[in-house]
Amino acid sequence: MSRAFAIYGRELRYFFQSVTAYIVIAIFLGISGYFFFSIFRYYNLLSLQSMQSGFSQGGLNLIDGVMRPLLGNISIIILLLLPLLTMRLMAEEKKQGTFELLSTFPVSDIAAVSGKFLAALTVYAVMIGCTLLYPGMLFYYAEPEIIPVVTGYVGLLLMGAAFISMGTFFSSLTDNQIIAGVATFGASLFFLLIGWAAPFVGPGFASVLAQISILYHFESFSKGVIETSDLTYYIFLTVFFLFLTVRSLESTRWKS
Amino acid sequence: MISVRELSKYYGVTVAVDSLSFTVERGEVLGFLGPNGAGKTTTMKMLTCYLPPSSGTAEIFGFDILRDSMEVRKRIGYLPEKNPLYTDMDVSSFLELAARLKGVGKDSLTGSVDGVIERCGLGDVARRKIGNLSKGFQQRVGIAQAIVNDPELLILDEPTIGLDPRQIIDIRALIKDLGKDRTVILSSHILPEVSQVCDRIIIINNGHLVAVDSPENLRDRLKRSSMTRVRIAGSLDLPAVEKIISSIGGARLLRSDERGGDGSTLLTVESSTDSDIRRTLARDLVEADIPLLEIYSEELSLEDIFIRLVTEEGDA
Repeated sequence: MSRAFAIYGRELRYFFQSVTAYIVIAIFLGISGYFFFSIFRYYNLLSLQSMQSGFSQGGLNLIDGVMRPLLGNISIIILLLLPLLTMRLMAEEKKQGTFELLSTFPVSDIAAVSGKFLAALTVYAVMIGCTLLYPGMLFYYAEPEIIPVVTGYVGLLLMGAAFISMGTFFSSLTDNQIIAGVATFGASLFFLLIGWAAPFVGPGFASVLAQISILYHFESFSKGVIETSDLTYYIFLTVFFLFLTVRSLESTRWKS
Repeated sequence: MISVRELSKYYGVTVAVDSLSFTVERGEVLGFLGPNGAGKTTTMKMLTCYLPPSSGTAEIFGFDILRDSMEVRKRIGYLPEKNPLYTDMDVSSFLELAARLKGVGKDSLTGSVDGVIERCGLGDVARRKIGNLSKGFQQRVGIAQAIVNDPELLILDEPTIGLDPRQIIDIRALIKDLGKDRTVILSSHILPEVSQVCDRIIIINNGHLVAVDSPENLRDRLKRSSMTRVRIAGSLDLPAVEKIISSIGGARLLRSDERGGDGSTLLTVESSTDSDIRRTLARDLVEADIPLLEIYSEELSLEDIFIRLVTEEGDA
């Protein structure tokens, strides 16, 4: 446990001592800030129109009008950025040969993998933590419901954990960071968009595709509901890829 | 005590290590000698639990490298051949990380790190980034990392490779010092290094064991013949000289080289160890009116032994 923590510390220090974490976070905040601005302006326009016309439009509230589209957009941005954060986790160790050193230390693969995973997850948490500023502003000027915001962020964190876990796995397969990054991106995109194919297949298979989709399971989180099935889905996905990572490290040694 | 039993490693169809067996006593400094590609590094990688062997096994202080890998890893320090380090870290935080990963307790952490920094002469660079250090200092960091948990067994893969002569001397002194209170296995293809530092030498070639012995015994064992060098002035009547040499019992001319600006020729004569042929040879040459400049006997160096063992191996 203390060894996993030592690796966690080393990785976290790497992220924050090199410029990597700052650049990723800065760019993420830039893009998400722009989305917040444009979504909010559109919402502003809608509410102005509904006030002028005298009709109150159904569903016009800050959660459905601002927070849900914002979190949806953020999930796309993290899809693009997280592979860049995770691609070096294992691949760099393999490239530089420090993997050999680490393997001869009395550190279990589980400790190494969980230390690295948690470090990336922490950077990610800081990243989305900074965006709390946006709902913060909403709370300052209005009174949106608090629960959907909280569950939305829980969902975002779980979704990110699944992406990071995938990234750790692909990074453990190769010593080439680009390959690790692209493979992670592809896999994340697959899980994100597989649900879009649902309308085009038979009804039975459609629900299967929807169940695989990362976005499908995010729906209820952004509405303010935490469903056991969604929670299980994210946790399963995360643990599954972490398990594969540990296996892949073992097989690296047997194969070399 | 370390016992290696029938250890083998195949990379596909290539045999890297071929049922290697040997033992190392506690406190011994063992030299692993062999040409490049002989299987030294592969053997060390297996002993450090990085590579699983294809067959056979090894026990390190009673722990099996496959079954009790964690226990083995707690007791060893390893310097890999390429000396991989986290180049983005500074020396002392890297050593602290290594100590924590090796399970050095919180109370003794600072003491252990400061101890190895001092022992490896890293005091002046402790706060500098590893990536910016010279190769010699990086090598010291590699050794410091290996000994930070005060391991019972130290495995060093080519510890002096790529260093300048001055650094080599320093590192050798350090290894000698470290060998006083622990077991060390050291690989090299540089013979003087091994003969200076090690109590015992294992010579391997093409993945199997060629010889195991102390440097002195190896030298004695292979001294089945002695060499005599003869220098003769001016142009040489080779057949005549050869005739004189072969008239002496057990002697034969190995080779003749043109040497030096004076046009003299250096002959190498091999004879059995029990007789000194210098006296007879000198007299015979002078009597035949051959201008003899110098004559001396030469000891077989470890290099000769090594080449001989490895080539005999190849012929067989």
